[in-house]
Amino acid sequence: MSEPVLRVERLRVAFDHPLGKVQAVDDVSFALLPGERLGLAGESGSGKSTLALSIMRMIKPPGRIEAGAVWLDGGRLADLDEEGLRAVRLASIALVPQGSMNSLNPVLRIGQQIADALVDHGLRLGRRAEERRVAALLTEVGLAANVARMYPHELSGGMKQRACIAIAIALRPKVIIADEPTSALDVVVQRQVMATLARVQQELGAAVILIGHDMGLMAQFVDRLGIMYAGRLVEVAPIADIIAHPRHPYTRALIASLPSLDVRGALAGIPGLAPSLRDLPSGCAFHPRCGFAVDRCRGERPVLRDLAGGEVACHLA
Amino acid sequence: MTPLIEAVAVSKRFAGGLGRESTLALEGLSLAISAERPAIIAVVGESGSGKTTLARLLLGLADPTGGEVRYRGEDLRRLGRNKWRAFRRDVQAVFQDPYGVYNPFYRVDHVLATPVRRFGLAASRAAGRELIAEVLRAVGLRPEEILGRYPHQLSGGQRQRVMVARALLPKPKLIVADEPVSMVDASLRATILAALRQLTDEHGISILYITHDLATAYQVSDAILVLYRARLVEAGAVERVVRAPQHPYTQLLVAAVPRAHQARDWIEEGYEAPHNGGGMISDGCPFADRCAHATSLCAVAPPLYRTEVRRVVACVLYREYPTLAARELGRWLSI
Amino acid sequence: MRAVFRYFRRNPSLTLGIALLAALALFVVIGGILVDTEDARPLSVPTLRAPSWAYPFGTDRQGRDLLAVMIAGTPLTLRIGFIAGFLGVGLGTVLAFIAAYYRGVLDTVIRGIADIGLTVPGLLVLIIIAVSIKGTLTVNQMAIVVASLAWLYPTRTIRAQVLSLRERGYVEVARLSGMSGPAIIFLELMPNLLPYLAATLVNAVSAAILASIGLEVLGLGPIDAPTLGMTLYWVNFNAAMINGWWWWWTAPTVIILMVFLGLFFLTVGLDEIANPRLRRSA
Repeated sequence: MSEPVLRVERLRVAFDHPLGKVQAVDDVSFALLPGERLGLAGESGSGKSTLALSIMRMIKPPGRIEAGAVWLDGGRLADLDEEGLRAVRLASIALVPQGSMNSLNPVLRIGQQIADALVDHGLRLGRRAEERRVAALLTEVGLAANVARMYPHELSGGMKQRACIAIAIALRPKVIIADEPTSALDVVVQRQVMATLARVQQELGAAVILIGHDMGLMAQFVDRLGIMYAGRLVEVAPIADIIAHPRHPYTRALIASLPSLDVRGALAGIPGLAPSLRDLPSGCAFHPRCGFAVDRCRGERPVLRDLAGGEVACHLA
Repeated sequence: MTPLIEAVAVSKRFAGGLGRESTLALEGLSLAISAERPAIIAVVGESGSGKTTLARLLLGLADPTGGEVRYRGEDLRRLGRNKWRAFRRDVQAVFQDPYGVYNPFYRVDHVLATPVRRFGLAASRAAGRELIAEVLRAVGLRPEEILGRYPHQLSGGQRQRVMVARALLPKPKLIVADEPVSMVDASLRATILAALRQLTDEHGISILYITHDLATAYQVSDAILVLYRARLVEAGAVERVVRAPQHPYTQLLVAAVPRAHQARDWIEEGYEAPHNGGGMISDGCPFADRCAHATSLCAVAPPLYRTEVRRVVACVLYREYPTLAARELGRWLSI
Repeated sequence: MRAVFRYFRRNPSLTLGIALLAALALFVVIGGILVDTEDARPLSVPTLRAPSWAYPFGTDRQGRDLLAVMIAGTPLTLRIGFIAGFLGVGLGTVLAFIAAYYRGVLDTVIRGIADIGLTVPGLLVLIIIAVSIKGTLTVNQMAIVVASLAWLYPTRTIRAQVLSLRERGYVEVARLSGMSGPAIIFLELMPNLLPYLAATLVNAVSAAILASIGLEVLGLGPIDAPTLGMTLYWVNFNAAMINGWWWWWTAPTVIILMVFLGLFFLTVGLDEIANPRLRRSA
């Protein structure tokens, strides 16, 4: 049993809003093994993107990390100063953010942007060596070498996303966090991009955290899946288990509500509305919408505990 | 029987700017939707396939550069004022973005009261209020929770349902829904789609459901049209097209949807040589440059071959089958 | 009420702008009660007295009580600015909406005229117009002269705003709901432009005041009126600076400064309302 490459311990992130404190991430803990693919699924407002940003320590005011720790390769990220953190970002943990196709600088060529990532981390190569390195990275993500000379607007959505992946892996990170990397892409292109991500991840031996809400995509890509609701982690389990035997009522309802190509059945959404993060329900955050709620669910907040190979936060599991 | 709305060999070409070539958004598409048998027809395609252009042409928000769009037999561009109003009442729309469709200056009541006023749908203010309450309830919302609020106070799913309610006010025969759930939370999509299904089953309203998401199209529609790069490649009953796709592009599309209850072979299929999906469309089959079965016959755009009672495919692989004139398409599609 | 105060704290520019202009307004109103504005006419009081208890702002060479001049002149100057600003923005708004919503030939013509007009140096045109008018100008005629050019810039900027707004989803929904063009302009587009229009209006008023003062200082304004600009004209005419009559030019300068600073901060404050991205988080 190898050591986890990334460990998140009781992380709490809040935003100070004039109308009240928003608890975006609420006591989340999990561990990531080297080379593992972990999925984080949840809807908007579940806190998954905030979680990704807070792992990278990229939360800006009015958001702040209230409590908890993030351990990378045995070292606490909180112990690093700004310089140390910058060195860690991209070199050890890389983030492919949501809408990353739009985060490419429109006035710089792709090759320049990849090279900048290298230079920013103190990698001073000669021009030839830099060009070779950029070309190698582009090949790794399945782009032709001449893409280095192109501008972002000349590329299609899928190609831009792959360029972002190239930047993310430029310094051989140990952990890649991909936040909804394919949500703006068509289904055929999505498959190409995910295949690329899988290949580079295997070659690097890096671990991947894939954030999204497409269960089908999770089922086909990740090893383990975590479900987030209202800033809390409510279930974590190996992917095959979660799909076949979801234990948390929200997980069950979520899987049942997602339209798929498998069976043309009744369309069943989850009744009620997602809770406001400023004003969370008492006890279990899901109890107002849960068909099985009992008194204990209203009063006592369930804790994530081990159950049959996975973890669930539910009184009734 | 004159169809309610009909596209007759419509094409749409966007003029290029300086140094940019013109873009062909839609090429020679014919489609007829009749008012008799309400059904949900899905138009599925990726970005650039022309599906949004088709929606805008059918709604009269843009003019075709070739062919015609006809409302009850008359070209939209030649409709008099009264017929135009009748057209607006019969054909309504729901758009993709639940944010931009609301004027931030007004409460959501405004977007519901405007059609009541403009179309003269109620004799008095009380009757108008009752009508609004009725359509809100028809989409599963409670009027007291919605009226009087500003758009930013409602969730994305609620906003989108209010838009569907708005579309219902003039009692339309057809609602064109352009990606109505793609910007809505995953678990709410089913609720909104169920509401749409109910509109067709219980209120007799046809829906043209435009999306890139094959799974939702499969769940909610009766018939499906598959567009690729401005052309129609396959159409038919949705169960058949998804279970046994015949056009190579449809096969690629169906295989590319990741499924939860399936073996983990999705990614292995995924690595194909990157191709530049843009560029000018040649005269031949639009999929020829990516198709494993392409031959010299594909240099000419194939007609629609009728391979089943309710199925057409535009592919030379099926050239033994009888062809179907494009204009006939809509007639049996709504059956 | 508390929400209003909270907003003022968040938007200091707006607060400062309103405060300055309110101070001026108080000065004019209270001054009008306490001081006899007839003394703003020439030959009312002894000439060239330095500030004292009797004449707090001093007197000028033609025997005007400068305090009375300021009290009487400030509203006159502001009136020119307001009339010209309102006329200019009013006309500009109408033209901008027509051009941006209907596009086509109308747009090309309106835009062409505005573009050409903007390249011509404004003050030069105003001078030519002012000089061509026979006889002396009244304050209102002055306002119309300035207004004749004041619509050019607002037309361009408001047109740009409308162009972007008309692509919004809610405009298409309005069309589908049966709204006609003019209805969409007034009911859907206009309300969202109100903050922008307000900011443009304040800008236009500011520019009009500046233009009118400029014309007056050159001697092309209403000679008989005790406006701020005319006072400066007389300051120049009588070489007040060289002669050491410092009180003569200090009073109008300070008041002009307050007017412009007030309008400037008001613009910045309104800009913040109009453009939510500039808003500071609480």
